[in-house]
Amino acid sequence: MDLHTKTMTELSAGLERGDYTSVELTQSLLDRIAAHNDTLNALLTVTGEQAIAAAARADADRAAGKAGALNGLPIIHKDIFCTRDVRTTCGSKMLDNFISPYDATIVERLADAGAVVLGKANMDEFAMGSSNETSYFGPVNNPWDLERTPGGSSGGSAAAVAARFAPGATATDTGGSIRQPAALTGTVGIKPTYGRVSRYGMIAFASSLDQAGVITRSAEDAARLLGVMAGFDERDSTCIDEPVPDYVAALGDSVKGLKIGIVRQHFDEGLDADCGARVKDAIAVIESLGATAVEVDMPNIDYSVPTYYVVAPAECSSNLSRFDGVRFGHRAENAEDLFDLYCRSRGEGFGDEVKRRIMTGTYVLSAGYYDAYYLKAQQVRHLIADDFKKAFEKVDLIAGPTTPTPAFKLGDKVDDPITMYLNDIYTIGANLGGFPAMSVPCGFVNDLPVGLQLVGHHFDESALLRCAHAYQQATDWHIACPEDFA
Amino acid sequence: MSWEVVIGLEIHTQLATKSKIFSAASTAYGAEPNTQACLVDLGYPGVLPVLNKEVVHMAAMFGLSVNATVAQRSVFARKNYFYPDLPKGYQISQFELPIVEHGELFIADAEGNDKRIGITRAHLEEDAGKSIHEGLDKSSGIDLNRAGTPLLEIVSEPDIRSAKEAVAYMRKIHTIVRYLGISDGNMQEGSFRCDANVSVRPKGQEEFGTRAEIKNLNSFRFVEKAINFEVERQIELIEDGGEVVQETRLYDSDKDETRSMRSKEEANDYRYFPDPDLLPVEITAEYIESVRAELPELPDAKQQRFVAEYELRKDDAAILTSSRPAADYFEAAAAATDAKAQLVANWVVGDLSGALNRDGLNIADSKISAVDLAGLLTRIQDNTISGKIAKQVFEAMWDGEGSADDVIEARGLKQITDTSAIEEVVDRVIEANPGQVAEYKAGKDKLIGFFVGKVMQETRGKANPGQVNQILKAKLSG
Repeated sequence: MDLHTKTMTELSAGLERGDYTSVELTQSLLDRIAAHNDTLNALLTVTGEQAIAAAARADADRAAGKAGALNGLPIIHKDIFCTRDVRTTCGSKMLDNFISPYDATIVERLADAGAVVLGKANMDEFAMGSSNETSYFGPVNNPWDLERTPGGSSGGSAAAVAARFAPGATATDTGGSIRQPAALTGTVGIKPTYGRVSRYGMIAFASSLDQAGVITRSAEDAARLLGVMAGFDERDSTCIDEPVPDYVAALGDSVKGLKIGIVRQHFDEGLDADCGARVKDAIAVIESLGATAVEVDMPNIDYSVPTYYVVAPAECSSNLSRFDGVRFGHRAENAEDLFDLYCRSRGEGFGDEVKRRIMTGTYVLSAGYYDAYYLKAQQVRHLIADDFKKAFEKVDLIAGPTTPTPAFKLGDKVDDPITMYLNDIYTIGANLGGFPAMSVPCGFVNDLPVGLQLVGHHFDESALLRCAHAYQQATDWHIACPEDFA
Repeated sequence: MSWEVVIGLEIHTQLATKSKIFSAASTAYGAEPNTQACLVDLGYPGVLPVLNKEVVHMAAMFGLSVNATVAQRSVFARKNYFYPDLPKGYQISQFELPIVEHGELFIADAEGNDKRIGITRAHLEEDAGKSIHEGLDKSSGIDLNRAGTPLLEIVSEPDIRSAKEAVAYMRKIHTIVRYLGISDGNMQEGSFRCDANVSVRPKGQEEFGTRAEIKNLNSFRFVEKAINFEVERQIELIEDGGEVVQETRLYDSDKDETRSMRSKEEANDYRYFPDPDLLPVEITAEYIESVRAELPELPDAKQQRFVAEYELRKDDAAILTSSRPAADYFEAAAAATDAKAQLVANWVVGDLSGALNRDGLNIADSKISAVDLAGLLTRIQDNTISGKIAKQVFEAMWDGEGSADDVIEARGLKQITDTSAIEEVVDRVIEANPGQVAEYKAGKDKLIGFFVGKVMQETRGKANPGQVNQILKAKLSG
């Protein structure tokens, strides 16, 4: 029946018609995961039994006329979200043994809407990485070329959706961790406005930048999932009490008259010429649908990477202090004293990239350096956000490349953190300013997917989804499937 | 050389909220270890703090009570350090932008004059848990019940010049927070404790000496003793040619000494930065004014009013206003009797306080209500009983024998004011003691006391002493 090739929208219709049950659908995807996960290493935990039980409940609910918005639809959670009674590792040895006693808010909301969770997706350790190579559980392979990275940190979510393990997955984005892997795997990824989705139960990397979102194959599916996840949560003080529009309904609106900003700096040196060409082609398609493109200037955007690599490590150095071997997670054996317990538990539990960022962050917050680094970075952050705000006075959204190149080979950049960090050069700005942003597949370079990035004004996810949906109606890049996973 | 002592206090007041500052867990004292710590208090992965709005209200009340600025925008920051009783590896506190700044209060100095003590700031923060070493073999336990309990840390200017002043200042803060109802002030349970920064300098020197910080003093007595010890230690050290090191010290009440805990070189760099999980606390000027309007009458104002309105002696007014229940008791009693307010005050400060202390009771649990005490004082005022008999009636009331009138009636204690009845007794006494009468008449005036005593004995103390005196004198000189 090729259920794995279908979108959530199609599957929802099939379930409603009774073409198949959620149990059948869930089992078919679990079989697929069993067959292919070893190849990709996309999932760290498969929750088969729970999934079948949830699917059976969903079928019963539907039979009783109580089907929720996502009734019976299989999804995958990034392993950064706490899932009750299920191992939640955050890609780290530190939490290898951690069974969460509670559900994250979004886990709860998706379950309440009837979604069926197939498993937990691999990721860079504590979401720190752009290639999934920092995961304690090994890298994820890109379904388009197994020798290449699917990107990171949400590499497992992106690879799983690209390989048709599930039609959608949750993910998180601190500097591009949803959009970059979506671009490198030919999937759709959306990071909503900061504060749109609750962070409660999402293990923190950099609290002022972290935002949960989704990876799917169509903008329409992204709208469906995000609509359920978004909205105020009193358990997260940074979650904003702002009404969530009906994202799916908004897809029908035309893009006619939409003003698209093109950031000059995004097409400077550093961007692979072929990638740039695909992105320009995509913008031309959107123009042909009735939108108009204008150039916008963002004078401070070049500072986004250095700014990010001060702010994010500073917050992470504090956020990760709770992993001390005392109450949960990895604890070193035979500690001689308290200091030894701390040093060895953390020394053994964290990987190199996490340690690098904790040290950087500790340094920039230290007495005597705080003003020069942390405070300065916060000031630059405001300038970058202001660049966006100024641009949004003229345009409805900003379009450009998601990444400078298509997927690179695993091992290529792992020893060169700076080159790795530059992979997020186009995505970080949206996080610094808290703007919603999205990546949509827009073609291939050497058989590897390329992504178009769209950035919108605060709380205007609808404009992104509408534009992406219109583009996908006019193109079929998102339908393309990696050969080995057809 | 003559030395001047310079002291600043940091008082930690536990705020009397039902739930914790950033979680819904209970703050009740004394529960089994770790039964009042939820996932937020335990610092579990993924959890987030949500501010208990009540603490903002309480901090604003305090700020307005000490004539401080209550900030319309204050910011929670993270104070980073590792310790087993600090689950997140950081304490959420306020650093650069505290909620209260630039306050003051007045204490009485050694000469009894008003002395101003500046309050630098008061900020909100969460308490840590506590480590338990007793009863555990080669290991330590951690109780996180207290983790996340709301604290208001009140920091004074270095305006305090003696241990006595430090205690007076601390008592004043203690009175204020209890008046406001924002803390139970229970020092045994650690709800009210302080750190004292102590230094000495030669009299007349402008700059401060190097200070030592004495941590975690949890009684007024310890504050006084610890500071006195520390002052002597520092002076001796300097006079012997040594130098005071900036360090943290602990007071050992068993040995009555302070001991070094850690020096500045080992001090933590706390790497404070604004907590990205919490938005700045923003309150409006209208909100602050509404809090001001709700403030109860404060100790100083009440004391002044007691002196002006009731014409009480200043020291009695001070004692009565040192706690709200005592002041309320006094006012309720004064309102229910025509007796002079100073008489009411004398009884509350004297016999009532004595009885309460004897039985270990708070005034709110007094066995004699304010109205009943007023009933007793009314009977003194209208000469039904004498002050001396009143003490006897008071004890009977305390023992549950009913109201003053009940006791007077049951025990037949009503004062005899009928002149003819007293004359009758006087006549009998004169007749029965001819010898003494002769001596008196011969000029031995002092014997009047003997006759009064005899009359009072015969009337079992119930005769009005004034009348007895008057009648005796008239008859004896006749």
